[in-house]
Amino acid sequence: MSLFSSFFGRGNKTSAPVARDRLQILLAHERTGEASESDLLSKLHAEILEVIKKHIPVDQDKVQVKLDRGNSVSMLEIDIEVPQLKSSRRS
Amino acid sequence: MAKVLVVTSGKGGVGKTTSTAALGAALAQTGQNVVVVDFDVGLRNLDLVMGAERRVVFDLINVIQGDAKLSQALIRDKRIETLSILPASQTRDKDALTAEGVARVMQELREKFDWVICDSPAGIERGAQLAMYHADYAIVVTNPEVSSVRDSDRIIGMLDSTTEKAKGGGKVEKHLLLTRYDPARAARGEMLRIEDVLEILSIPLLGIIPESEEVLRASNLGAPVTLSSPDSPPARAYAEAARRLEGEKLEVTVPTERKGLFARLFKGRN
Ligand SMILES: Nc1ncnc2c1ncn2[C@@H]1O[C@H](COP(=O)(O)OP(=O)(O)O)[C@@H](O)[C@H]1O
Ligand SMILES: [Mg+2]
Repeated sequence: MSLFSSFFGRGNKTSAPVARDRLQILLAHERTGEASESDLLSKLHAEILEVIKKHIPVDQDKVQVKLDRGNSVSMLEIDIEVPQLKSSRRS
Repeated sequence: MAKVLVVTSGKGGVGKTTSTAALGAALAQTGQNVVVVDFDVGLRNLDLVMGAERRVVFDLINVIQGDAKLSQALIRDKRIETLSILPASQTRDKDALTAEGVARVMQELREKFDWVICDSPAGIERGAQLAMYHADYAIVVTNPEVSSVRDSDRIIGMLDSTTEKAKGGGKVEKHLLLTRYDPARAARGEMLRIEDVLEILSIPLLGIIPESEEVLRASNLGAPVTLSSPDSPPARAYAEAARRLEGEKLEVTVPTERKGLFARLFKGRN
């Protein structure tokens, strides 16, 4: 049966390690009970917004600071949507 | 005009979160703007099922309490651009979910999205009531099994009495989604019959989702089953259900045993 199922079925063999890795990253983070992350993002958001606003008129929703946690490093994603630069200068 | 949909059941473990993710992804794949909202405060799961758990920083409670803007808490799906998730809080308790706060967030979501899909917690208490309160449509997730049907009946009663629509003299449009349907057991007469469930609950059938190991695989991978194995029986059933939600008239297909020759040979004769 196992011979046949490994030939013909796509068991859960390949997905279980992915599940384990995802859980390890998540639980490591949840156990530390980190609240500082949200503080950091809020501060970054406010300060980045300030800097941008000096030069370009932007709405605060158009500046996005998001986090993607990894095993050893995390990624900060900073997304800034600016209006058409030419037209905004004219107005 | 946005449509607000609640995925609810009363009973836990019947497939609400699985269905929220699968239907949300299927609707978003047609290009509509979809947000899935986790109302299960304290036991959030939708982020895991959707594979967004590493990117959760702010949640629904943060938005309600004014600690974060809605746009900061929304997580855009990496695979489908038009799909977003609003996670529940893992640490706060349910009381942080205030009726006014939820109303405000729902209003804002209605402005931003075409579909707002609320994943209800189990039970019939506050959390479940808040999840259904603003709904225009309800998907009642039911397994063909006595306690699930009984709980669904209770939930249908609540949808008709304690929602905003009901209080305004209107009606929440209800649909039955029969999940974890096992064709083999049905063939042996070991499960409640579909016709019987339909007759007892008497709400229109949105779809029948077969029990499938693809669902476990999908949750392992952190992808809605409609994305992880789009050709599998549960994914097809969810995709069809999504099309019915969009108003298409499609006949519901009853899953049948799809065991091939080998499986039949090895099961032996009986
Ligand atoms: N069609 C299905 N086939 C197999 N397993 C399923 C199916 N639907 C749900 N499950 C499994 O049942 C469990 C509960 O599902 P979940 O969606 O979390 O239910 P709920 O949100 O109603 O508590 C999960 O382990 C899930 O993987
Ligand atoms: Mg759930």
